[in-house]
Amino acid sequence: MTSPRQQERLAYKRSRARRSTVIAFVSTLVFALVAWFTLTSAPGWPRVRDSFFDPHTALAALPHVLTGLWLNVRVLVVCEVAILALGLGVAALRTLRGPVWFPVRALATAYVDLFRGLPLIICLYLVGFGLPGLRLTGVPNDPVLLGGIALVLIYGAYVAEVLRAGIDSVHPSQLAAARSIGLTHAQTMRIVVLPQAVRRVLPPLLNDFVALQKDCGLISVLGAVDAVRAAQIDVAHFYDFTPYVVAGLLFVVLAVPCARLADATTRRLALREGAR
Amino acid sequence: MSEPLLRISGLVKRYGPHTVLAGVDLEVAEHEVVVLIGASGSGKSTLLRCVNLLEDVDDGLILLDGEDVSDPRVDADLVRRRMGVVFQAFNLFPHLSVLDNVTLAPRIVHGVPRDDAESAGLALLRRVGLEDKASAYPDRLSGGQQQRVAIVRALAYEPRLLLLDEITSALDPELVGEVLTLVRELAAQGRTILMATHEMGFARQIADRVCFLDAGVLVESGPPERIFTEPTHPRTQQFLSRVIAAGRL
Repeated sequence: MTSPRQQERLAYKRSRARRSTVIAFVSTLVFALVAWFTLTSAPGWPRVRDSFFDPHTALAALPHVLTGLWLNVRVLVVCEVAILALGLGVAALRTLRGPVWFPVRALATAYVDLFRGLPLIICLYLVGFGLPGLRLTGVPNDPVLLGGIALVLIYGAYVAEVLRAGIDSVHPSQLAAARSIGLTHAQTMRIVVLPQAVRRVLPPLLNDFVALQKDCGLISVLGAVDAVRAAQIDVAHFYDFTPYVVAGLLFVVLAVPCARLADATTRRLALREGAR
Repeated sequence: MSEPLLRISGLVKRYGPHTVLAGVDLEVAEHEVVVLIGASGSGKSTLLRCVNLLEDVDDGLILLDGEDVSDPRVDADLVRRRMGVVFQAFNLFPHLSVLDNVTLAPRIVHGVPRDDAESAGLALLRRVGLEDKASAYPDRLSGGQQQRVAIVRALAYEPRLLLLDEITSALDPELVGEVLTLVRELAAQGRTILMATHEMGFARQIADRVCFLDAGVLVESGPPERIFTEPTHPRTQQFLSRVIAAGRL
């Protein structure tokens, strides 16, 4: 079917591809060996190995850390839903036009400015220790719930900004087209603008959620026994830092699928936008 | 007879199961203006994209100055520097001024000092009547002006071959004229041009040779007087009669 010349070209391309694979393999191997040698030849390595990478301690700490991680996962899922709802609401409020809505817009802007600027750890302290301190009836006392509220407040501001950027990026002609067929502002937002906006900002949105996964570990500062706190307890118990490494690795394992999903989504969107 | 500037033989391009070019043979001699005509989807743009190495070919040969540029071993960047391309949608860089758009390739790719590149760019812009727009940004220009800038950008590094891909398709009818006038001048200067177009009247005036593509096959080619008045192939006849019925010739 194909001419000998084309077959020769294809063979050349295949040989280049094989060569690339071999080079990648060799360079990875060399890199890993150098890294391993540098690490193990450090004067303090035997001490570090015993106090950070002790298999017995790791095994003993694993069940506790896993139990803690399950709490992190539950917090994560609930917070993600709440953050999306809050972010969407604030972003929508910031797009309202007209003088009547000025206080609403101003409030939404103030919220975003405040909670994007406030360090998460300080927000956790303020919400975690300040809210119960008011001793109002109905204010919760549970560190998990309070920690979750702080996370939602901070990440809601980030997500609102990402979504607003997405909404702004939808071309005005789309708004004109939607309004011209008689849709109201709310309908235009819901049916025309938001679907396009969300699709466009999905990669940065997923990126924020990867960041949220690890920040869930910060609720431990309020006393919730999550993966980080469980590891801390075991560190004190075994007098060995290995449980921290275990918890860290588990968080990484948790984040990898989400990060890959973000990559794949970005690639797929780029492909579609650039499709010709 | 000397070697043609561009010689395409047996060019095949497939997208998955769909064959876009089914073995195209075409030669463009130096100083020749060759116009590709044919319905949308007949493979005109794909042919131009293959010549510019924007697409990997699936078989066949593309010789530029006698050198096989379809070989995967050649440096595509070096080959592209010998050709200028103008796209249907202008594709000017919106964040750069008109003069920067024009001088970008000479300065960055060909290492021409900024002053030299800018005086040459201004001279080119003057010739197309856009010198006063040099510091403007593309979005302040009309479609016809943008497309003329795009042509000047393609000319700025003195390419051997100019590829024009339906450069008037995205323009208002009253703006088509100014762009075609410019192309006519380029042809008169003896530039080598391979262009795809739907402007049959223009093709007839400017072409040394017209090539009719249908479903990825070069059905018929010849001087415009013959192709447009007495096409021999039934598919060419059919296509031209539809074009005439639509009032485009």
